[in-house]
Amino acid sequence: MNFVVPDFYPAAAEIFVAVMALVIMLASTFARSVARNLAYLLTQATLIAAAFITIFTMEGEVVHTFSNLFISDLLGDVLKLMIYFSTAIALLYGRGYLADRKIDKPEYYLLALLMTLGMMVMVTANHMLPMYIGLEMMSLALYTMVAFDRDSARSTEAAMKYFVLGALASGLLLYGMSMVYGATGTLEFSGVAQALYNQTANQTVLMFGVVFLVAGICFKLGVVPFHMWVPDVYQGAPTAVTLVIATAPKLAAFAMAVRLLIWALFDIAEEWQMMLMLVAAASIVLGNLAAIAQQNIKRMLAYSGISHMGFMLLGLLAGVVEGDRHFALNAYSSAMFYAISYVIMSLASFGMLILLSRAGFEAENIDDFKGLNKRSSWYALMMLFVMFSMAGVPFFIGFFAKLSVLQAVVAAGYFWLAVLAVVMSVIGAFYYLRVVKVMYFDEPVDSSPIHAAPEVRVMLSANGLAIAALGLAPQALMSLCAFALLRSL
Amino acid sequence: MLSLSHFLILGAILFAISVVGIFLNRKNLIVLLMAIELMLLSVNMNFVAFSHYLGDIAGQVFVFFILTVAAAESAIGLAILIVMFRNMRTIHVDDLDSLKG
Amino acid sequence: MSDMKAIYLLVPLAPLAGAILAGLFGKQIGRAGAHVVTILGVAIAFVASLFIYQDVAAGNTFNGTVYTWMQAGGIDFEVGFLIDSLTVMMMLVVTFVSLMVHIYTIGYMSEDPGYQRFFSYISLFTFSMLMLVMSNNFLQLFFGWEAVGLVSYLLIGFWYERPTAIYANMKAFLVNRVGDFGFLLGIGLVAAYAGSLDYAEVFAKAKELSVTEMAVTGWPLLTAICICLFIGAMGKSAQVPLHVWLPDSMEGPTPISALIHAATMVTAGIFMVARMSPLFELSDTALSFVLVIGATTALFMGFLGIVQNDIKRVVAYSTLSQLGYMTVALGVSAYSAAVFHLMTHAFFKALLFLGAGSVIIGMHHDQDMRNMGGLRKYMPITWITSLLGSLALIGFPFFSGFYSKDSIIEAVHSSTIAGSGYAMFCVLLGVFITAFYSFRMYFLVFHGDERFGKAHDHAHHDHHGDHDDEEPSADHHHGLAPGQKPHESPWVVTLPLVLLAVPSVLIGFFTIDPMLFGEWFKGVILVGDNHVGLRELAANYHGPVGMAIHGLQTAPFWLAMGGVALAWFFYMKRPDIPAAIQRTFKPIHTLLENKYYFDRFNEIFFAAGARLLGRGLWKAGDQALIDGVAVNGSARLVGWVAQMSRLFQTGHLYQYAFMMIIGVFVLLTYWFNRG
Repeated sequence: MNFVVPDFYPAAAEIFVAVMALVIMLASTFARSVARNLAYLLTQATLIAAAFITIFTMEGEVVHTFSNLFISDLLGDVLKLMIYFSTAIALLYGRGYLADRKIDKPEYYLLALLMTLGMMVMVTANHMLPMYIGLEMMSLALYTMVAFDRDSARSTEAAMKYFVLGALASGLLLYGMSMVYGATGTLEFSGVAQALYNQTANQTVLMFGVVFLVAGICFKLGVVPFHMWVPDVYQGAPTAVTLVIATAPKLAAFAMAVRLLIWALFDIAEEWQMMLMLVAAASIVLGNLAAIAQQNIKRMLAYSGISHMGFMLLGLLAGVVEGDRHFALNAYSSAMFYAISYVIMSLASFGMLILLSRAGFEAENIDDFKGLNKRSSWYALMMLFVMFSMAGVPFFIGFFAKLSVLQAVVAAGYFWLAVLAVVMSVIGAFYYLRVVKVMYFDEPVDSSPIHAAPEVRVMLSANGLAIAALGLAPQALMSLCAFALLRSL
Repeated sequence: MLSLSHFLILGAILFAISVVGIFLNRKNLIVLLMAIELMLLSVNMNFVAFSHYLGDIAGQVFVFFILTVAAAESAIGLAILIVMFRNMRTIHVDDLDSLKG
Repeated sequence: MSDMKAIYLLVPLAPLAGAILAGLFGKQIGRAGAHVVTILGVAIAFVASLFIYQDVAAGNTFNGTVYTWMQAGGIDFEVGFLIDSLTVMMMLVVTFVSLMVHIYTIGYMSEDPGYQRFFSYISLFTFSMLMLVMSNNFLQLFFGWEAVGLVSYLLIGFWYERPTAIYANMKAFLVNRVGDFGFLLGIGLVAAYAGSLDYAEVFAKAKELSVTEMAVTGWPLLTAICICLFIGAMGKSAQVPLHVWLPDSMEGPTPISALIHAATMVTAGIFMVARMSPLFELSDTALSFVLVIGATTALFMGFLGIVQNDIKRVVAYSTLSQLGYMTVALGVSAYSAAVFHLMTHAFFKALLFLGAGSVIIGMHHDQDMRNMGGLRKYMPITWITSLLGSLALIGFPFFSGFYSKDSIIEAVHSSTIAGSGYAMFCVLLGVFITAFYSFRMYFLVFHGDERFGKAHDHAHHDHHGDHDDEEPSADHHHGLAPGQKPHESPWVVTLPLVLLAVPSVLIGFFTIDPMLFGEWFKGVILVGDNHVGLRELAANYHGPVGMAIHGLQTAPFWLAMGGVALAWFFYMKRPDIPAAIQRTFKPIHTLLENKYYFDRFNEIFFAAGARLLGRGLWKAGDQALIDGVAVNGSARLVGWVAQMSRLFQTGHLYQYAFMMIIGVFVLLTYWFNRG
């Protein structure tokens, strides 16, 4: 038996982030007086540096290392870049909010960085083990972040719910992994795919496992009926943390779905597509309907997120039709496009909530947006962009996202699903429009001026404008998604 | 002779007990944490059994990782539990109902 | 050709630039700056359109892509222009009317604090409308379609301090969404079956599509596509039963009513169907559907015009009725007559609206006709131009409206398509009704006793029914003080009136030859061999003068004269008679005043039945969702379900866990039953 030193090069970014997490931990212990700012700045610097490392180590082709536990491909690189980007923006928006509530401790940034590391591991996993480890690393950090406002009963309740249900979901996922392992004799995704291709797997055990895997994935995406944690956690968590939960982890969950379902289980795609179809239809219906009845905008956005994830699944479930795999690339890239655009919109929407909050005041009801146009017409316009984009009004990125997944569904021949999705999104347009209505047509209840750090103002404006600009030129992002998938398959 | 299915059925029963423990228990949150532990252990049972019958060591390695993560998970769970008790003076599952709708 | 491309681009971009400058830099450039840049933008567009017209008249058409938006699944999403005779005609109408409205707005809005914003919006509207008409593909058509809807929503809600204005604009937006849903479904079907969104490519496949049946249902595909597209047109062009938004949208400032609700946006549906003539021609069912809807709108909306007392509402209902005429023309395959009427109507209806606006200015924003009378002495220019507009509207020979309306009636007469008998009845009776309400308005406003300046206690109780919320708010309550006299409006108001009066009178006479019977629309509008269209009319046509002289001997002319005479008799000679009639026929009058209970019928019908469609939806949306008021009365399904769905989220952890396990079991059972 000989020991081979693995190739560390493709994992440079992960290693760098892990090392920096330790450095930040030590630095904030020894430099207590400046720990807050130091931890924040170091975290942002780490994220930026990691982005550069990812870009420089980008191979453009598929590389395996660490005995095939780790895969480096263009898909992973693109998703990782999006994850750094959204985490960095989420931390930027959230900083003032945390400071106002005296909870901007260095640990928060450390946890955020560990969460990022977990997501990176998930994105690059080629094996059940790193997938699980990454998932837990992300989840454990998130549970803690939700409970970060230690004196708030609501945050604690949210954290407890998130924790118990998250642990249950991990259990389901692990159970599924064990079954798939038993059926195929391997934990490696390419090995599983090979076993399915050779048809050596025990079908009953395998399908039993797949149901549990799908359940675990659906929990992380937050789709019906595994969505129950979403509204409660979104509402209970400090808004800055909600912002984090609602963005990058969705990309990680998307990566998990892609790796597990497409990389490993592509040969039985038509089986899991049927399951996803049920889940997606239920999410789109329930998400849109329940959002209508909400007064709390964080809950409303939570339900809208449920329906958005349902839409995203429409892309994933339209890949294979009666054995024909022609549509796969187009369908999966539309799902990826949807996930990325949802993250961009989500950043801006929760960013707006943070912008309107201040020390001692939480902007979390729709009424808090009343008369925003009179207080600041610029941010009202930005919020208008976000709401229109989420509602799928043409000229905004959300429209193209919806259009491309619907097109994938229609191409796969599921007309009823497309019609259902369109009808529900028309109904869904009402609650987004309601926000627009109160912003423009109602009198402000609270006319205090809006305070925010200059970098937040700039970034939030850029975020809002990006939603409009990407709507005018979605082709670049669209082809990036398609290209990344093409080079990784 | 014990066959693979014996182990799988044991694993399934343990898993079912833990799941039932999670949604039937309306009193003590600590029981909930125990149910979660039990669930992970039932999965471990599956992994070890499969690993043995497949003659593949990877499953057993996985078990070590699950055990480690389970420890970390309990630590976090208990930490949240303590914060909760400090805030709400209760660890009843039933009392976690201010967020709803 | 590339130099023409630059000019094509200039047409929509010049108003856009104006809109951006006025919208974003309104404070910096000031009020004068705002109207200068926007008027300049639209004027450039108009001149460029004239230039393109020259070019098209010389036989140069263009169909090409300007910018590729994105490609997905083998379908290209592009921005492209299709410049041909139909497009260039629409471009001229849109830019000309828009230019007039811009100039007029200087006077009308002079006291409004949102002056720059208003100019920005109307320029933006012009841009959207131009993108719509110049499009060469369905996607851009849909974008333009949505954008004009969006801007009109902004414009109707312009006076957003007025609660009724918000109500009206939500209504407009939501009813239009129902139409848009049909339209989008139609486009989806086209994309799914034709595999392309480009007009030319789809038209090339039309024959093939007409024999295809839809998957699963087995419906004839082309009929489904056409009806879906037409449902979109019904929303935008306010056809029964999706017309309810248009009268309410009169809450917006008058220039908007003239630009959007008379001349341009509402005709988008007509334009779209004419553009799609290669598709509609292949489906008789769809054409009959179009015809019946149009005929119903033409007649029954005219009746409603009779009982209105608000000057703008009379004009609004007359617009509905005239849109019905255009739709009828589409239904009998007389597409060119529809477009011809669209053009003449754009001029004279814009004229009437702006005339009404001028009266409203003179009356200090009192819109009730019962408080007017005898205004011809005080507002001579408005008087003359309104008279010309009214004559054009009723189709008096030699006026432009005569040529277009008479062609439509003749085309219906010679048509054999199912429903043409009903349509003939509707359009003939419609002529009488049109003449009656037009001249009722004319006599009430410009002739008779001077009723203004008195204490008018009944002034603002003119709309009954379910519109009790339409009570004009405080700023609407001016009107002339006792003893005060109305005065003629400033030149910025009267100049557009005069400029619009010229084409209202003349354009029909000069353009009927090429547009209806000449080669102008050759190759653009297709009429199938099995449809008569205008062929029979063309056979009997002997020039515009001959047509007018012949018109003097036909039924429509005498019906129109009868309407005028009756209006004169009732409102000039014996004003007591209408009141007596109103008493005698109380039920009918109530029916008309309540607009046939359409609003109410829709509410009851949709709330009980197809809740997700139409009015039921917006009711639920408007009250339960948008206003956030708890569900009341006839429980709205959506709101109810939404509330119910909240009950699932009990807040209990064990219940959440239980749901997850149920989910796993459902998936497991589903899979076992499959296998």
